[in-house]
Amino acid sequence: MALIIAVSLPLLAAFLCWLRPLRRIAWAITVVFLALNLSAAVVIAWQVLATGRVVAVAGWLEADGLSALLLLMVTFVCIVAAIYSGGYMRHETGSKERLWWFYSNYNLFVFALAVVPALARVNLVWVAVELVTLFATLLVGYESTPGALEAAWKMAILTIMGAPISLFGFLTLYWAFRTSGGGTSETWQGLYAMAATMSPNLLKLSFLLVFVGFGAKSGLAPMHTWLPDAHSQAPTPICAVLSGMKTTIPLYAILRLLSIVLGSPDARIGEWMVVLGLFSVGIAAFLLLQVRDYKRMFAYSTVEHMGIILTAAGFATHAAAYGAVAQMLNHSITKSLCFYAAGMVLLALETRQISQVRGLFRISPFAASALLLCSLAIAGAPPFPIFLSEFSILSAGLRSGHSVAVIVLAVLIVIAFVAIFLQVNSMLFGEPSHPATRERAPRSCGTAILIAVAPVLILGVYIPGPIHSLMTLAAQQLGGH
Amino acid sequence: MVSAQTQLIQGLNALAAGLVLLAAFAMVTTRQVQGVLRFLVVQSLFVAASAFLIGFNRGSIDLWALGCIMIASKVITIPWVLRRLLPADLYERREIDQLINIPTSLLIALLLAIAAEFLVGPLVTAAKDPVVQANLPIGMAGLLIGAYSLVARREAIPQLIGILAMENGAFFAGIAIAPDLPLIAELAIAIDVILIVVVVGVLTRNITRTIGTTEASAMSELREEPRSWR
Repeated sequence: MALIIAVSLPLLAAFLCWLRPLRRIAWAITVVFLALNLSAAVVIAWQVLATGRVVAVAGWLEADGLSALLLLMVTFVCIVAAIYSGGYMRHETGSKERLWWFYSNYNLFVFALAVVPALARVNLVWVAVELVTLFATLLVGYESTPGALEAAWKMAILTIMGAPISLFGFLTLYWAFRTSGGGTSETWQGLYAMAATMSPNLLKLSFLLVFVGFGAKSGLAPMHTWLPDAHSQAPTPICAVLSGMKTTIPLYAILRLLSIVLGSPDARIGEWMVVLGLFSVGIAAFLLLQVRDYKRMFAYSTVEHMGIILTAAGFATHAAAYGAVAQMLNHSITKSLCFYAAGMVLLALETRQISQVRGLFRISPFAASALLLCSLAIAGAPPFPIFLSEFSILSAGLRSGHSVAVIVLAVLIVIAFVAIFLQVNSMLFGEPSHPATRERAPRSCGTAILIAVAPVLILGVYIPGPIHSLMTLAAQQLGGH
Repeated sequence: MVSAQTQLIQGLNALAAGLVLLAAFAMVTTRQVQGVLRFLVVQSLFVAASAFLIGFNRGSIDLWALGCIMIASKVITIPWVLRRLLPADLYERREIDQLINIPTSLLIALLLAIAAEFLVGPLVTAAKDPVVQANLPIGMAGLLIGAYSLVARREAIPQLIGILAMENGAFFAGIAIAPDLPLIAELAIAIDVILIVVVVGVLTRNITRTIGTTEASAMSELREEPRSWR
């Protein structure tokens, strides 16, 4: 029941924001509904912990550990971004006329994001992932400046081009499922059960096609080029959701399919995933060194983290799957915080160029401390959660015998760490480039940052029992074979 | 023993497959936006015809419904949406700017069709079903040729039509390999395709208003320039 509520609430919110008399309070509607949605996600997580899986409509809407964790992430990231958008959108985009349209669209985007993990029927997952892309495109182009439209166009072409390719992949998957006697109701659960008997050739072809199609959507190199453009041009709260969830959701589908392919005999696809993951990390690490725009910098860091997650999934052990799940969670909470901090800098100084920002600590201490904290966290410095998950991925890789890959990964992570640090360091210290800001930042932005900081600070030193068991359940879904 | 009727239908289906491939080639060689759109509609009609033929052969209502969905979405709705959303000068008698000239393009499309045959070859021989043997390689070829025309054409509407041609390829293979896909999934896929057209159409309209052209080469403001470290 909670699952049906969690999926239908954003649709209802989108409809309410669209109604003429309610357009003025679109922001409040969005935040209230997302709060309800977050509580529904907590209830679902609770039920999953108690019973192992929640079935709302058998064969269509079901949630296991991985789905429950992703639903929690989606609702958390989206509600904080919604709170943040309250002050930011009014401050930055000026026109209040179309704000209702923005929020209506935003709720549809949340709907698409929330429905992907909740769907058990695999063909519909494709439809939902495409919806995520479409609503994201509209939100990226929201400001209608030439830059925003160009970014939206690049994103649309690169990610929608993946749609027919992955559709072909899903149809092939269905074929494999049906010809091995699986019937017509193709669910994730059914696929796990049939993994060993399906034709390995068909499975490999379908995985390849889905990987190309969805990999473009989750920003894996070399199909990542839309990502920095979209992140530099989209409104900041949208960047937070784009980086935090929009890239993670297609990756979730890839990882589920990967665990099925790994379950079939003679599949050496894990090694390929390690290579492709490392390729993404490498590309991102070197681009991080030469990036000039701080929002693009965080976008490249997303490419890096997607690569790390893929590499971890390629190691194909339970410990590595746990690391991948933890990395997904930690990346989305930390990366959204990064964009909130970057948005504060943008609001205060109105430039995106790293070289034009100096001495931020003296200009705006709040924005500077948020930026310092989040870049430490995203680069993977010790007391923060990403350090823990990266460490567990590296050690799991060593134990599974991928020592060369682990060494390369460690070196690339260190390069990315140094790159982020050099960049942020040049922004934070030195002679101030701008006069100190008198104007106070919008209160909703400050609130959102304080909410977003809490899990980043807590999960690095203490992982609460329920979250740990949820991640273990999720890892079993990914690496249970 | 295969009956004469089944053989006839398999022959007609093979003919439809050939025409789908021919339409894909025609889309690559056509210079005008409206012409490309017309060939897309023709190709969609052949895809639907294949669905009707196979549906008749197997006595499957689902495939008939699928053919109707195909006609409703790709032959009627999508051209109408494009015409409503976009100013006439975008798709009427105008030549498309191409990166690679037409004879070379045709050669590349031919190579892609051969590559598709090799890519799915092992699966096709394993399937032993003449319908799959016709539809799967041609569907894959349609997908690849559509992707090529997307890359080679640097304008918004031809690129969108390229995506739709890729979708046709995937659908054409799907008719043979996933004929009993639940109808709700088919419907959702069709609605999704229409939504893609609406979103990209709206985006294109905004781009023409703001930037004044839909040539992708005119949009190159955002790119990475190396940073100099002092």
